[in-house]
Amino acid sequence: MNNEGVDQSKRQFLTTALTVVGAVGTGYLAVPFLAQMQPSAKTMAAGAPVEVDISKMEPGQLIRVAWRGKPVWILNRTPQVLDTLITLDDELRDPLSLESIQPDSSKNPARSIKPEVFVAVGLCTHLGCSPTFRPEIAPNDLGDKWKGGFFCPCHGSWFDLAGRVYRGVPAPTNLEIPPYRYITDTQLIIGEAPEEESV
Amino acid sequence: MKRNRVTECNDWFLERFPLTKLWNEHMAHYYAPKNFNFWYFFGSLALLVLVNQILTGIFLTMNYKPDAKLAFDSVEYIMRDVNWGWLIRYMHSTGSSAFFIVVYLHMFRGLLYGSFKHPRELVWIFGMLLFVALMAEAFMGYLLPWGQMSYWGAQVIISLFSAIPVIGDDLSLWLRGDYVVSDATLNRFFAFHVIAVPLALVMLVFLHIVALHEVGSNNPDGIEIKDSKDPWGHPVDGIPFHPYYTVKDLVGVGVFMLFFATVIFYIPEMGGYFLEPANFIPADPMKTPEHIAPVWYFTPFYAILRAIPDKFAGVIGMGGAIVVLFLLPWLDRSPVKSIRYRGGIYKKALMLFVISFIALGYLGTQPATPTATIVARFFTAIYFGFFLLMPLYTRWEKTKPVPKRLTTIHSLEEQLPALIEEITQIKHGSTEIGHSAFKSSFFAIRPNPKGIRNLLSRLAKNAKGSLD
Repeated sequence: MNNEGVDQSKRQFLTTALTVVGAVGTGYLAVPFLAQMQPSAKTMAAGAPVEVDISKMEPGQLIRVAWRGKPVWILNRTPQVLDTLITLDDELRDPLSLESIQPDSSKNPARSIKPEVFVAVGLCTHLGCSPTFRPEIAPNDLGDKWKGGFFCPCHGSWFDLAGRVYRGVPAPTNLEIPPYRYITDTQLIIGEAPEEESV
Repeated sequence: MKRNRVTECNDWFLERFPLTKLWNEHMAHYYAPKNFNFWYFFGSLALLVLVNQILTGIFLTMNYKPDAKLAFDSVEYIMRDVNWGWLIRYMHSTGSSAFFIVVYLHMFRGLLYGSFKHPRELVWIFGMLLFVALMAEAFMGYLLPWGQMSYWGAQVIISLFSAIPVIGDDLSLWLRGDYVVSDATLNRFFAFHVIAVPLALVMLVFLHIVALHEVGSNNPDGIEIKDSKDPWGHPVDGIPFHPYYTVKDLVGVGVFMLFFATVIFYIPEMGGYFLEPANFIPADPMKTPEHIAPVWYFTPFYAILRAIPDKFAGVIGMGGAIVVLFLLPWLDRSPVKSIRYRGGIYKKALMLFVISFIALGYLGTQPATPTATIVARFFTAIYFGFFLLMPLYTRWEKTKPVPKRLTTIHSLEEQLPALIEEITQIKHGSTEIGHSAFKSSFFAIRPNPKGIRNLLSRLAKNAKGSLD
């Protein structure tokens, strides 16, 4: 190649300019491809609220419903359970739920609108396994310290029956409480916040 | 007359495509050290398994359906109703475990003989990229059967990304394409598993081999055969890859296939290690199995993740366990490549590393009890200690003088007299002990306890001597 009499700086400028324009163009072209991996419009729309009838629940019973594809637990807590919950604060990482996710109506010690009915997303805040419901006190495999709660089989995280995480386990925060409200005394709607909050 | 036509066609082709040149460069005139041992089978075996995975994979996609409603049943359909479907599926599932066995041994060879050191740093980097791509490929492939373990394994691994501060939650949502692992996730993992990652794997294999053939193969003595050449410019200690090593590797292929076929036909699930029991239950987003563990080849890294009692730090530890491997060529400061001429410290360190890797692998398959967690922490410390203290201990260690030329290996025939000598020592003096009734039977050859003790103590002394 004969480079005699060539304005090198002009050539350098053109090369740089073309590279920059090409990179910007590639960047724009990448957007649709990357964005198509986001949840689709249909997936977003599928997050509709779910109605649950709790009139037939026995004391101490846990039922699971699917909301946005996630397991949501509804637990009927007995007075004994509620009494135990108060005594656990010292062993918990976030007993007042300051760093955890819940609607304001559930930001209280029992983490629920009505203390006896506990609603939570049944996925561990560590890596998303669904913890097992272990209401019994001090079973053999979990030891004397177990006062009933949720145990994550994947990485051994402990939660009490208000979904509050114990200290020294991998999960960083309490179980998430979904937005929910009561339509009647025995009917819940999960995925919608109570009216005063949503306003 | 006909012969001429063939030659003409041949010439026509060769004038337009450098087939002879390529063949010579990479096979017939590629000089490899003449002292390759057992450990050098695993590179070509990895290539064989890759071909197996691609071929069986193509045929599996003909009947598999990447749909959350149909996936589990389509795998069972392949297993029960498709002609020979069970064989092709087991070849694929066993192949994935075999891939990791072969690759782990291949990488261990690198640690033994310093194959990652100058001038082969790039060969090692491409190899590590291959390893990462292979892990991605295996992870995404494991979701496809849509069993319980597929589902919850994917849920846990994708949640790892949510531990990254600020962007984590959006990133894991983007990866899943949904709020939980779902049909969208399955469909995209299928796309990655059958197109994107295999293409990357094949390209990386190409780069790995091109880089290797540029610098030449390392060998058990860890010296450069290019340093001593004959008058024709060929390394005196080198032999052409073809036919010498192609034929030798064929023997390795034969032995490998013997093991491979045994697993496929007799123990395809390998007691729950190759195919986990929980994965024969369809995925249920409402319920996690009582005990979840990844497939065996991920368990060392999984044990590291569980050992660290903090979500983000755990993810960093797990990622770091792989990142340190990339840095290996620069962590090792020893002037010597092969373990044969290294000092005792590296030998002991490597032994500890292997023990910790296997122990972590075992712990990763077990439930996370408090004791197991403490043990896992101990071995995690050793794992990282091996790499992070390497710049220090490889500088301190006293190395042995490295020969200029390759050392000779004794052939099997030459080793035979010594072996016979040892066997006679074990059974020496046995004839006096035996009762006359046993004389003609097997029991007539009573082992000599003293001989065995001598032999064992000599073996132990040898092992200890080689460590120093």
